[in-house]
Amino acid sequence: MTKHRLFWPAVVLAVLLLANLAFTPDFFAIRIKDGHLYGSLIDILHFGAPLVLVALGMTLVIATGGIDLSVGSTVAIAGALACLHISEAADPASPGTVVASVAIALAVALVLGVANGVLVARVGVQPIIATLILMVAGRGVAQLVTGGQIITVTSGPYRLIGGGYWLAVPFAVLLAVVVVLLTALLTRRTALGLLLESVGGNPVASRLVGIRASGLIALVYVFSALCAAVAGLMISSNVSSADGNNAGLWIELDAILAVVVGGTSLTGGRFSLGGTVLGALIIQALSTTIYTIGIPPETTLVFKAFVVITVCLIQSPAFRAKAVRRRSSATRSARPRPLKTEEAEA
Amino acid sequence: MSKRVAASLVAGAMVVALSACGSGGGSADGKDSGHKLTVGFSQVGAESGWRTANTKSVQDAAKKAGITLKFSDAQQKQENQIKAIRSFIQQKVDVIAFSPVVESGWDTVLKEAKDAHIPVVLTDRAVDSKDDSLYVSFLGSDFVEEGKRAGDWLVKEYQGRTDPVNIVELQGTTGSAPANDRKSGFTDVIKADAKFKIVASQTGDFTRAKGKEVMQAFLKSQPKIDVLYAHNDDMALGAIQAIEEAGKKPGVDIKIISVDGVKDAFTAMSQGKINVDVECNPLLGDQLMDLVKKVKAGEQVPRRIKTQEGVFTQDQAAAALPTRQY
Repeated sequence: MTKHRLFWPAVVLAVLLLANLAFTPDFFAIRIKDGHLYGSLIDILHFGAPLVLVALGMTLVIATGGIDLSVGSTVAIAGALACLHISEAADPASPGTVVASVAIALAVALVLGVANGVLVARVGVQPIIATLILMVAGRGVAQLVTGGQIITVTSGPYRLIGGGYWLAVPFAVLLAVVVVLLTALLTRRTALGLLLESVGGNPVASRLVGIRASGLIALVYVFSALCAAVAGLMISSNVSSADGNNAGLWIELDAILAVVVGGTSLTGGRFSLGGTVLGALIIQALSTTIYTIGIPPETTLVFKAFVVITVCLIQSPAFRAKAVRRRSSATRSARPRPLKTEEAEA
Repeated sequence: MSKRVAASLVAGAMVVALSACGSGGGSADGKDSGHKLTVGFSQVGAESGWRTANTKSVQDAAKKAGITLKFSDAQQKQENQIKAIRSFIQQKVDVIAFSPVVESGWDTVLKEAKDAHIPVVLTDRAVDSKDDSLYVSFLGSDFVEEGKRAGDWLVKEYQGRTDPVNIVELQGTTGSAPANDRKSGFTDVIKADAKFKIVASQTGDFTRAKGKEVMQAFLKSQPKIDVLYAHNDDMALGAIQAIEEAGKKPGVDIKIISVDGVKDAFTAMSQGKINVDVECNPLLGDQLMDLVKKVKAGEQVPRRIKTQEGVFTQDQAAAALPTRQY
């Protein structure tokens, strides 16, 4: 069982959750409050949903050997556009307005994704540079849309996306589950996943065997932008406002971390959707743990770094083998044996 | 008799002479305003609604006071501000005003301004320099005082009661001056009474999303919360949503103290969801222009000028809401 690639991420998540139990005895308690589920675990799923989506898009990008730094800006732009449209509409609470605002946000995200895709796949700019352009410029665009202000909206249907409940479950969680399942179906039940992995493994060889590598690469950037846009809608809807400056700030780094913690290699060529979902939940559970056990804000980042390094090391088969070997050799003889340097495959 | 006439004549002559002096000064002033006063202002950026209101206030006040304003946006970068100040010196503006992005590293460029005999006024944020002669005055909010005012309200609210009061705190961005000072000012006031206990304190990065997330965790990990102290309105507004989702009434079940005084917070106050809001006023344009005129006229000005700020209760907020600009 320990051989399964999701084993270690699952263990880490379980340990994090159990650690909370020591500080908050009813941490696992879930009850119904005001007709919806209420509890710490629900919070983790609820706040983790946007990160799961962004990380999902990032996983496919990374599978092709690329990276998408612009997702945070896309999050901000999507939220800003939707809130701007709703705040200027005659009837903010009508479902038509909300559907239109969501459509605008997704359409713009589509354009942004195509721009990234064309830069990477057609023009041949390195992904980190191509998406850096939008990462920097996009925040400015979001600021421009909001006019430098925080736009507050009061719209029941819009609130549903990120802050509402459907059948007692947070709607954002349901939405994330559906997107994850659809992605899994598309990549694992069709050849798409295999094609993406082959492009990531060796784009030239893939093209020579007849795979349209550039089209596939452009496709994953569009997918990533759309995921980020949905996440942006969730985040802004959850607080009923759009903040061009802070919405989705550094979420690209959290997403990359979630992908890595989930066991997808940054060099591309293989990916694990389940691992990414677990990785995103680990990161959210980590934040909740910090708030619950009361780690002082000054040391929060150190604590986070420590946990992340530990997780990455535990995940690396090379490191585990080394640790086991060192321990057994230490018991056998006191003489140190030169060890082969192995690269941690984190 | 002739003596008295002579005396009165002399007195009259003196009055004429004096008034001539006065009118002479007046005409000199007139010439000065013909050559309009020019102020170079380097702003931090446009990172928040508060800052945008601050910029607009300075621009409007300059127009009203008939002062030419050379405005430069530094986009949160110190090198841009240094460049802006150097260009102000070259353009020979009358006074330089700026909100330093960071506290240190200003000595060289401020020395250049001093050598060019251009007085410098700091607004909103201070600089950390050993040489006091580099600027004439600092106009801005006192964050420690804001924290103290928040604490004062709490002490008054719970006067005469002895049961413990559990407080949770949402701090601003870790390490920023407003977060540090608002925390220390608040703690200084409430530590005198042992019944006040800060049971949890985390950073919410001054944002609504983080404020909501942290408050949700607090609501689950803390069995009893009486008071929430948020270092700015955005975090308080996020926390209000978390409190409502937990089935509690913000402002009633959990009393909320916030800082800033933005329009959205005033709306929440008029609905009874925030109990008190300590103002942090970005509208310092008029005060700045007064100060600039005084500095140019060579008047002695205080080293530290605090912006005019108030503490708003729910009734006051409801009354002030229609005229709130930001």
